[in-house]
Amino acid sequence: MKASRILVAMLFTLTGGLAQAEEVQVAVAANFTAPMKVIAADFEKDTGHKASLAFGSTGKFYAQIKNGAPFQVFLAADDETPAKLERETMTVPGSRFTYAVGTLVLWSAKPDLVDAKGAVLAGGDFAHLAVANPKLAPYGTAAMETLAKLGLTDKLASKIVQGENIAQTYQFAATGNAELGFVALSQVMKDGKIGQGSAWVVPADMHQPIRQDAVILANGKGNAAAEALMKYLKTPKAVAIIKSYGYAVQ
Amino acid sequence: MTLTDADLSAIRLTLELAGLTTALLLVVGTPIAWWLARTRSWLKTPVGSIVTLPLVLPPTVLGFYLLVAMGPEGLLGKATQAMGLGLLPFTFTGLVLASVIYSMPFVVQPLQNAFEAIGDRPLEVAATLRASPLDTFFSVVVPLARPGFLTAAILSFAHTVGEFGVVLMIGGNIEDKTRVVSVQIYNHVEALEYGEAHWLAGGMLLFSFLVLMAVNAFGPDKTRRQA
Repeated sequence: MKASRILVAMLFTLTGGLAQAEEVQVAVAANFTAPMKVIAADFEKDTGHKASLAFGSTGKFYAQIKNGAPFQVFLAADDETPAKLERETMTVPGSRFTYAVGTLVLWSAKPDLVDAKGAVLAGGDFAHLAVANPKLAPYGTAAMETLAKLGLTDKLASKIVQGENIAQTYQFAATGNAELGFVALSQVMKDGKIGQGSAWVVPADMHQPIRQDAVILANGKGNAAAEALMKYLKTPKAVAIIKSYGYAVQ
Repeated sequence: MTLTDADLSAIRLTLELAGLTTALLLVVGTPIAWWLARTRSWLKTPVGSIVTLPLVLPPTVLGFYLLVAMGPEGLLGKATQAMGLGLLPFTFTGLVLASVIYSMPFVVQPLQNAFEAIGDRPLEVAATLRASPLDTFFSVVVPLARPGFLTAAILSFAHTVGEFGVVLMIGGNIEDKTRVVSVQIYNHVEALEYGEAHWLAGGMLLFSFLVLMAVNAFGPDKTRRQA
């Protein structure tokens, strides 16, 4: 009698435990690929939930989500797109928060081109400055705001080449086709410092903060793994990973 | 009409790019196709394969290697800099060069097929009438291969208009210089401007349909039946 009761209790706990381990489909902004892979691995280890990740551009994810893509959590590259989805009642209300704040750097693949204060911009002694398309990428908007603050918008207009996203912008600069590029610190940071080339970390007061917001989508309502992941992103462990990739947190 | 100035500029640029690419390809592609159609050299297979590569390679591969090759560290980039042309990425010239490579198989293959279909006989007849090889080519081969030339021109024009990945990788999205229609559509969609995107995308759909209609109307089969 006693033994069977214990058995039932054990079975109950076991199945209960199984039911709790859920899977969450996450749409992740391309610039957050590297840290998110690390975080997702830790998340699975620590919670037993599984996070399967899809990487892509925020605009494309928006179109896919609006057309029924099966994502439950969205880690966007900006704060506007999640807010827009929220207004369109495509999200779980109150779930949105800023998981990372991007840092803009002026970077060159050449080791001695960029000085510590970014004076190379005013010098104008270069052919191309790569900037992410400001219409599409928050880093592009921040770069244009920085140029405006420096009073260089008109002077450098003819030298600007646009990447469709921050990854392509980095590619233009990394291949040397553009001597200079406004890229994400997370792209040039290796093991907590800037690995190659030369860079000027643009002070945060030069532009609006590059907020990246996360949100649970309507699809993820009641999904335990989705809620757990959102909580997990705020843990000191996750925050440390996010910071090590050159992002700030709020 | 809700086409903006930027849209119109992209359309004009696309037509210029496709027109120039087609003209250049007919000049460059004809001798290649003629050689491929007539040669017995062991080089025929490797050369034919290289010319066909852009057909199977993802544009991202082609675009990426062109970006690297045309860059300051690349062979092509070093050559253009030595010639005083500067670097080709982010320029219209760079796009033309990339498009010529990208659309090459669409010119060479129909021409090669057309040349092969002519066979030896008309050339031998021309030779017995003492026509020089060049005279034979322009008076005999070109008229006989006319459907092939038409197909090649239409396909390379259309394929260049539809080019996206390569332009994206080496263009830099500069208005009036490298921002073509397909990139402009991508910009509209990514910026969630679906209304603007529909105008251009719908236009592209209609254009592509008309082009294929034209290819089918002028295609070799049709002409032979009429002849």
